[in-house]
Amino acid sequence: MAKKFLSGDEAFAEGIRLARPEVISAYPITPQTIVVEKLSEMVENKSLDSAFIHVESEHSALSCAMGASAAGVRAFTATSSQGLLYMVECLYYASGGRFPIVMMNANRSTALPWNIYGDQRDSLSQLDSGWIQAYAENAQESLDLALMSYYIAENEKVSTPFMVNLDGFILTHTYEEVDIPTQEQADTFLPKYETDNKLDLDAPKNMAFSAGPEHNYIFKYKEHIGMKNSVSVIQEAEKKFSENFGRNYSGLIDAYQTKDADYIIVTLGSIAGLCRETADKLRKKGIKAGVLRIRYMRPFPAKEIAESVKYAKAIAVLEKDISFGNEGAVFTNVNSALYTEQVSVLSYNFIGGLGGRNISESDIEHIYAEIQRGTKKVNFMGIEVAE
Amino acid sequence: MAITAKTLCKDEFFYGHKACAGCGGSLAVRNALKVLGKNAVAVLPAGCMSAVGFNFPQLCFANNAIISTFAGTASMLTGIEAGLRRRGITDFTAVGFAGDGGTADIGIQALSGAIDRNDNMIYICYDNEAYMNTGIQKSGLTPFGAKTTTTPAGENIRGNIRPKKNMFEIVAAHDIPYAATATVGYMTDFLNKVEKASKIKGTKYIHVIAPCPTGWGIPVSDTVEIAKEIVDCGLWYLAEYEKGVYHITYQPKELTSVSDYIRKQGRFRHLTDADIEMIINSRNQKWEKIRKEWA
Repeated sequence: MAKKFLSGDEAFAEGIRLARPEVISAYPITPQTIVVEKLSEMVENKSLDSAFIHVESEHSALSCAMGASAAGVRAFTATSSQGLLYMVECLYYASGGRFPIVMMNANRSTALPWNIYGDQRDSLSQLDSGWIQAYAENAQESLDLALMSYYIAENEKVSTPFMVNLDGFILTHTYEEVDIPTQEQADTFLPKYETDNKLDLDAPKNMAFSAGPEHNYIFKYKEHIGMKNSVSVIQEAEKKFSENFGRNYSGLIDAYQTKDADYIIVTLGSIAGLCRETADKLRKKGIKAGVLRIRYMRPFPAKEIAESVKYAKAIAVLEKDISFGNEGAVFTNVNSALYTEQVSVLSYNFIGGLGGRNISESDIEHIYAEIQRGTKKVNFMGIEVAE
Repeated sequence: MAITAKTLCKDEFFYGHKACAGCGGSLAVRNALKVLGKNAVAVLPAGCMSAVGFNFPQLCFANNAIISTFAGTASMLTGIEAGLRRRGITDFTAVGFAGDGGTADIGIQALSGAIDRNDNMIYICYDNEAYMNTGIQKSGLTPFGAKTTTTPAGENIRGNIRPKKNMFEIVAAHDIPYAATATVGYMTDFLNKVEKASKIKGTKYIHVIAPCPTGWGIPVSDTVEIAKEIVDCGLWYLAEYEKGVYHITYQPKELTSVSDYIRKQGRFRHLTDADIEMIINSRNQKWEKIRKEWA
């Protein structure tokens, strides 16, 4: 293992190098571009042996990756924001075709107005696209997810594409010290991709076909089960990862001081670090604060979330998203989990960080204060609205 | 050895499908696959041929075949070609069969990208001159004057008011290794072009006219005849582009009547003699250029 000072994008590219994809389809978009730049350098200096294809759009990026996956090889692409939205048709196609492609998405605001900075409206708009969705908090987790994503996606009981999300700029462009496993270590962890779901000259197949009302339903059910099966494979991957690399991950959620917490912030991605620091400070003042970071939005950890917050007095769902006319998508999902699991706890939604707007420590303190005294259901942080 | 009706492979690779009687597109796909053989890996976008051939559990290709997204014929071919190559497989032909809308409209970006990279594939556009699968709507390859369900022939608009996009020359302008035009009416010419393309490395494009009796308003028994006549009257031409040079592969001694060709088809029923005169003029201009520059 070697330690290097890397940005989130660079760390992710290192993880992909170690995963040895056979086909990479590349198209630039800020703040993801560094990933495909780094991968092209790796192909050039022969630290990575992969076809590197300069496609003409994000739609083609994923279409090409599906072709490669249908040919039976490991495929990778990366995107962000408008690019993710441009390839949406292919998202559903890839999951329906059960192509275990891995894609990195740099979470970025969606136009209009144009904005290149981070929020999570791009990927959260695609919760129903049939992709596993993980949200990394830091550069190390980004690299580790790059390796684990293939392990999980390619499991034959899962066979589902995997989207790893990194907060635009805040994570993609921020440098941290990162442990990089050796290729030998990575190869021990991640086996070569083997599948029957591929074109075969000896036993020709017709793939990506039509299915009428009678059969379509069954294929969709199986797709759902494939995604559900990933829950145990995520555990298996993390156990094996820990044995190989000595780093531990906690499955679908990452709970911090939630067991005895009265007040919990539920959130995604890189903002969780600041939430934990703030919670620590509040605990010194006698307020029992906790943080629940959702690592996977799909498969959705309904039971795990409900279990973690069931003794709290109130929770805040802090998210960089809004489903206009309703509330944040994470809030909707969390509330549904609470209701389904019959957990009664006051829950509030805090919308922040849209278009990359900073979320400060005092903003987090404010959230904890607000949920202690009770507030509106949906709160736009930093915007004062007369009731 | 040149391909003829006698030497054409007897094996079938595309059968049991539900294409309409007289379908020119299915004829093009069926016979092209006979030339390319069992190791053809076919990509078909959303469109007539995928709609008629891939209805689970009735799957109609004996070779490897996959439906791509509508816009993604060429980009999926790129991924398949790269993926199979990475598996060490070399004895296959990546071939796309896309309709006119899938090629000249929604798929042109991916096609252009594939030619730009010179990815090793044959891209065959079966041109039935409208979105036939959805019920005859205008595409970029619908000819001037044709009535479709989105270009009605009424008092104000007399069918489609724009000529066909010139896909053959658009593709050639990329400096593609090989491009050709063909028609299912002159099948051996088409199949020998497919055969020739299969021996050339890089991107190859073949544009084959494939009449649709339903959309063109002709009897189902007339597909082949009308597909000959479109060439004989000069509204289509059989040509190749190779190593930077265009040349005509079939030189009709004398062009037959455009009016006869037009008047046989329901989609042109509303055209006036003046309209047909316009079509003849544009044909003559094209042939003047062809004779001067492509001979």
